[in-house]
Amino acid sequence: MSTTPAKAETKKAETKLPVLVREADHPRSQLAVFDHRKPLQLDCGVAFSPFQIAYQTYGSLDAEKSNAVLICHALTGDQHVANVHPVTGKGGWWDIMVGPGRPIDTDRYFVICSNVVGGCMGTSGPSSTNPLTGEPYGLDFPVITIKDMVRAQTMLLDHLGIDSLFAVVGGSMGGMQVLEWCSSYPERVFSALPIATATRHSAQNIAFHEVGRQAVMADPEWRNGRYFVEGTSPRRGLSVARMGAHITYLSDTALHRKFGRRFQDRENPTFSFEADFEVESYLRHQGSTFVERFDANSYLYLTRAMDYFDLAADHGGVLAKAFKGTRTRFCVISFTSDWLFPTSESRAVVHALNAGGARVSFAEIETDKGHDAFLLDEPELLGIVRGFLDSAGRARGIVR
Amino acid sequence: MLSRAPRDLTMAETVRGPGGARVDLLQVSEMVEPGSRVLDVGCGDGELLRLLEARGVDGRGIELSREGVNECVAKGLAVVQGDADTDLASYPDDAFDYVILSQTLQATRRPRDVIEHMLRIGRHAIVSFPNFGHWRIRLQLLFYGRMPRTANLPETWYDTPNIHFCTIKDFNDMCALVGARMERAVALDPWGTALKIDAPWWFWNLFGEQAVFLLSRKP
Repeated sequence: MSTTPAKAETKKAETKLPVLVREADHPRSQLAVFDHRKPLQLDCGVAFSPFQIAYQTYGSLDAEKSNAVLICHALTGDQHVANVHPVTGKGGWWDIMVGPGRPIDTDRYFVICSNVVGGCMGTSGPSSTNPLTGEPYGLDFPVITIKDMVRAQTMLLDHLGIDSLFAVVGGSMGGMQVLEWCSSYPERVFSALPIATATRHSAQNIAFHEVGRQAVMADPEWRNGRYFVEGTSPRRGLSVARMGAHITYLSDTALHRKFGRRFQDRENPTFSFEADFEVESYLRHQGSTFVERFDANSYLYLTRAMDYFDLAADHGGVLAKAFKGTRTRFCVISFTSDWLFPTSESRAVVHALNAGGARVSFAEIETDKGHDAFLLDEPELLGIVRGFLDSAGRARGIVR
Repeated sequence: MLSRAPRDLTMAETVRGPGGARVDLLQVSEMVEPGSRVLDVGCGDGELLRLLEARGVDGRGIELSREGVNECVAKGLAVVQGDADTDLASYPDDAFDYVILSQTLQATRRPRDVIEHMLRIGRHAIVSFPNFGHWRIRLQLLFYGRMPRTANLPETWYDTPNIHFCTIKDFNDMCALVGARMERAVALDPWGTALKIDAPWWFWNLFGEQAVFLLSRKP
């Protein structure tokens, strides 16, 4: 903590610029840059500028600009929904859902996915360079909300010249953005697919996030968020946060089926604190790969944004008012074994939509894969998304 | 020609009319004004909603079974997973022109509450149900002394989802009790043919295997 600026400079020069800082400022994505004339008005009161949005697109926009689908990514996702990830080299996080001939068919729709504000894959966030200091923002980055993320996305759409979206789709934190879109900009959303999500973060979920944040902040290498400047990395803290969170994305049944009590590469316990069990080894792996591609401060900011989300509170405590008079077609989806965003949360959305007379479909999919099911090859999920979009596409005149 | 078709979600065997549609559903769909807004409670695999769509109806559905819902949603129908007994309360007054309950009344826990909600949510309610007063059912109980089982109601007493059977006369009484106005009623014989329109209630109650009622709120 007592590192002098001069010392920090030398350290910074010694270590190669971390890949995450490079990706934050110069992402390998399309980029929309907004200068001081177009600041992002944040809920915390800050008019943030300059700022940039990194995004990917797939397919082509039709002449009427009526076939655009916006995909909102989850907490640890990014804009690389259906292409090889520039940092990890792995396939897109929703390859199974998005692509030619897939349920979100890029032969039919113009698919846009942007990194959320506060993220670390090229949209302005705490790892972006603060033009005033020449250093990453760290904790100088303003605290953002789900609404801020959506506001930034509207600026991207304006930049792309798209008034109305054929569909907004997202799971988990992405689903929160979908609901926010439908509440704040209903006239711009023709159809919406909020998946495995909720209109507010529950006390339990805030509690889990707090544990994750404390793990990051307790890492001595976190340095009050100045780890890039000081040449350190809170890998262990972030890794523990990820391990804890990852458990909440699965289910007891899924963990047991996948790992049981099996030992990892050994016959007997070692009577130590090595990763004896397969499940321990798996979690450690999850933690250590995560830190390669995700910024610790972004993790703090994005979990905070989810915690603050409460759509009913923004409407005098009455959720139905959030969707009053909506003409958007909704398809709400939940999973039986998802205990992080249980079906009851989706049902609350459906009841609020019913109260407003909205056109809504709601399916609960039976699976033991927990919250993560929305990212996996769940044939029913794929069938429902395809069927819903086909029908909405016919209503919009973009599917014959 | 009428034929016996394979099982749907509520009934094991159902009479189907020309074109393959269930005759009770055809009766129901004919009661709906084209272009109106409809909520189908217990919509099964969405067959009625599809029939109604062809009439330009803006249809929504509620279905208890997950398979039914997922099939409907994958077909692009606006159907939600839910329970007639608990989820009708979330709908506002006068949200629909028609609220339909086809072959589901007998499976609800509180049929009277369900009917009252239907009349609150919709300007009209359409209810179809199996008539437990049909002569075959009466004879089975009289001669064999066992819970009746028919082609339409094949389950044994211990595994049937149907917990509140009624006869046409019983249903009539309840309509009076909840202040429902009866706009139309049709009783169908086992082949799905409507019984004589001017037949007395006792005749319908004895020979109608199922009944379809079009109700509205008394002003």
